[in-house]
Amino acid sequence: MKEDTRKAPRVGLFVTCLVDLFRPTVGFAAVKLMEEAGCAVEVPMAQTCCGQPAYNSGDRADAAAIARQVIEAFEDYDYVVAPSGSCAGMLKKHYPALLRGGAWESRAEAFSGKVHELVGFLVDVLGVTAVPAAHRGSVTYHDSCSGLRELNIQAQPRRLLATVEGLDLKEMENADVCCGFGGTFCVKYPDISNKIVEEKTACIAAAGAETLLAGDLGCLMNMAGKLHRQGSAIKVRHVAEILAGMDDTPAIGGGGR
Amino acid sequence: MEVSSPQFKQKSRKALADEQLQRAMGKAKAGFIGKRRKAVDALPEFEALRSSARAIKDHTLAHLDLYLEAYERKVIASGGRVHWAETAEDACQAVLDICRAVGARTVTKGKSMITEEIALNDFLEKNDIRPVETDLGEYIIQLRGEHPSHIIGPALHLNKEQVEEDFRRVHDKLPAGRDLSQPESLLGEAREILRPQYFAADVGITGANFLVAETGTSIIVTNEGNGDLTQTLPRVHIVVASIEKVVPTLEDASQILRVLARSATGQDTSVYTTLSTGPRRPGDPDGPEEYHVVLLDNGRSSMLGTEFHEMLRCIRCGACMNHCPVYHAVGGHAYGWVYPGPMGAVLTPSLVGVEKSGHLPNASTFCGRCESVCPMQIPLPRMMRHWREREFERGLNPATQRFGLGLWAFFARRPRLYRLATSLTIPALSGLGRRTGWFRSLPLAGGWTRHHDLPAPEARTFMQQWRDRDTRKQEGGVA
Ligand code: SF4
Repeated sequence: MKEDTRKAPRVGLFVTCLVDLFRPTVGFAAVKLMEEAGCAVEVPMAQTCCGQPAYNSGDRADAAAIARQVIEAFEDYDYVVAPSGSCAGMLKKHYPALLRGGAWESRAEAFSGKVHELVGFLVDVLGVTAVPAAHRGSVTYHDSCSGLRELNIQAQPRRLLATVEGLDLKEMENADVCCGFGGTFCVKYPDISNKIVEEKTACIAAAGAETLLAGDLGCLMNMAGKLHRQGSAIKVRHVAEILAGMDDTPAIGGGGR
Repeated sequence: MEVSSPQFKQKSRKALADEQLQRAMGKAKAGFIGKRRKAVDALPEFEALRSSARAIKDHTLAHLDLYLEAYERKVIASGGRVHWAETAEDACQAVLDICRAVGARTVTKGKSMITEEIALNDFLEKNDIRPVETDLGEYIIQLRGEHPSHIIGPALHLNKEQVEEDFRRVHDKLPAGRDLSQPESLLGEAREILRPQYFAADVGITGANFLVAETGTSIIVTNEGNGDLTQTLPRVHIVVASIEKVVPTLEDASQILRVLARSATGQDTSVYTTLSTGPRRPGDPDGPEEYHVVLLDNGRSSMLGTEFHEMLRCIRCGACMNHCPVYHAVGGHAYGWVYPGPMGAVLTPSLVGVEKSGHLPNASTFCGRCESVCPMQIPLPRMMRHWREREFERGLNPATQRFGLGLWAFFARRPRLYRLATSLTIPALSGLGRRTGWFRSLPLAGGWTRHHDLPAPEARTFMQQWRDRDTRKQEGGVA
C-alpha cells in the first residue's frame, strides 16, 4: 500500500459472526477493499455477534449487554464497518433504540454515526467509483432486506459491479424481495421460509447468471443451501469477494481451503 | 370469531400444500403490487401525502377524546344517535337492540371488518335476525360459511370456478345452463339475487372508513356501490365503527383518501366514496329514517400511549399484507383471526392477547417491506418485536428456544470464551464437511437441513486467521 500524506481513516471491522465462523474470505475481502481505498483497518478481538438473535427474539437484556460490549470495543474508531446490511443496520439503527433513555444513550447515538455497511461505505463515504477487479462471467444480485430498507444499499453495489472487468450483471426479477432467511425465522418456521426461498431461487435461476451475489452472508447461506439442495450449479458469493478480485477462492459450499 | 392463531403452524403447512390457494395467492400478489407501484409512481407527491396523512392521525390520536366527543355532538345535532360500546358484546347488543326496536327480520350489510371483529353475523343469526352480506366477496364467503382471508379482498383465496360452483349450488332456482364463466356474469348474478334484499331489509349496517368530527359524517369507500344501497334503502342505518376512525375535518379525510385507494388497489380513488350524515331530513328525496352509530373500543383505548399506539393510525388498506412474503406464502386464514398479515400480527395480540396469538408477531422475517409501503408509515416490524419482548418477559416462548438463546447469549457476552469455543468447534466442523463442502443433515440443525443444505465452514475462523496475519506482520512478514 502506498503511504499517503493524509492520515488514513481508522476503521474498525465488525466481522459479523457468520463471516467469522463460516466464511472468513468475506472478511479478508472487506479488509482488502478498504485498505486499497486508503483505510487503516483493525479488527477488535472483543467482538462476537451484533446481538440480533437476542434482539429479534424479544430478549432485550442480552441484546443491550451485547450492544454495550460492541460500542465499547468500537467507539474510538473513525468508522465502524460491517460486510452485512443486517448487522450494520443493527449497530446503526437499533442500538440507539435499544439503549435509549439510559446512561448509554448518547454513546449509542455517537457510535451510530460511525457505522456503515461495507459497500455503502466504499461508495458513499470513501468515494470509490471503480474497483480494479476482473471476473469473467455473469452474476445476478439480490438486495438483502435490511441493507436495502434500513440503509438504502441498492445503487452502490451495482455501481461498483459495473466497473469489474468482464462481469455481466443479469438482473433477476424481484431482486428486492426477501429470500426468507430472517435469522431465527428460518428455523422457527422452516416450511414458510422454504416457500419464500423457493420463489427466490426460481427468480435466480430465471435470471440465467452463473453466480449469485448479495451483501449478507445469512441470506447467501439460505439461498446457497436451497440452490444446492435443488441440484443447481449456480455459484454463490458475497459481493465483496468479487469486488476485491477474490473469485479464485471456492464459492460458498465449495469446500475448505 | 374463535381465535385459532395457536394453530398457525398447522394451518400454514396446510396452506402451503393447497395448490389452489397457492395459485390464487400468486395471482393476487402480482396484481396488487404492480397496480400500487403504478399508482404511486404516477403521483410525485405521494411520499409527502403519506407524511401528512400520518400527521393527521397522530394529531387526532393525541386528542382522541375531544374529537370523539365533538363527533358525537355533531351526530346528535344531525338527528342521529351514538352508542358507545366498550366490548364486542356491547356492540353486538347495541345493534340487536336497535334491530329489535324496529322489529327487523332481515339486515343488509356493507363490507365491514369491524362487524367481523365483533362476530356480528353469528350473533344476529342466534337472535333470529338474518344478515345478508352485499359486497360480492363477503357474499361469497357468507355462502361458504367462511371468514375473510384479506381485509379488502375477503374472497381472495378463492378462484372463479369455486365461486361458480357455489352459485350453482345456492342459486338453484336459476337455469342450469346459464353462463357463469366470467367474473362479470358472477357479479351480475349476485346483483340480481341481492337487489330484492335491499328492499326487504329493515336495517342496513355499514362500517366506516372515516368518521368526521367537524360534521358528524361517516364515510365509506367501495367499488361496487353496494354500500350506498345498504345505507340508503332500509328504514334504519347503523354504522359500526371503531374509535380510531375519527378524523377532525372533511379536508383531513380527503387527504387520507388520496393515499388509501392507491395503497390498496392502485386506483386513484375508489369507485364510490359515500358520505352520510344523520337520517333523512324533511324534504330529502331519500335516506334512512333512523341513523345510529355504534362506536367500538374493544381494547383500542388501552393501546393509546403504549408501544402499540401507532397501530391506531391504520386505515385498513391492506398494502402491508399485499407486500408480505409470509402472507403470500400462507394466505390470510392461517393467521387464525380477523386480521391477517403484518397489521394482524400487531393488532391481533393487542385485541385477543399475545398468549393466544404469539405465532403471529414471530412469523415475520422482518424484511420491512410492509413498513415501506404502509401509507400511514406504521413501524410494523418494530411493533412485532415489541410483542416478542412481551412474550419473552412473560416466559411464553418454548423452553427449548429459551435454552438455546440463553446458551448462545452466554457465549456472545464473553468474547474470550466465545473465541476459544469457536476456534475449537469451527475447524472441526470444517474438517467434517470438507469432502463435499456441505451438510445434508446435522444434529441440532434440523430446522435448517429439512429444506436446505448447510455449507460447511470454510476453514478456521476469521479471528484465528487474522491473529496469524497480525503475528506475521509483527515478525516482519508481508501481510
Ligand atoms: S398497517 Fe398500514 S399498510 Fe397495513 S392495512 Fe394498516 S395502513 Fe394499510
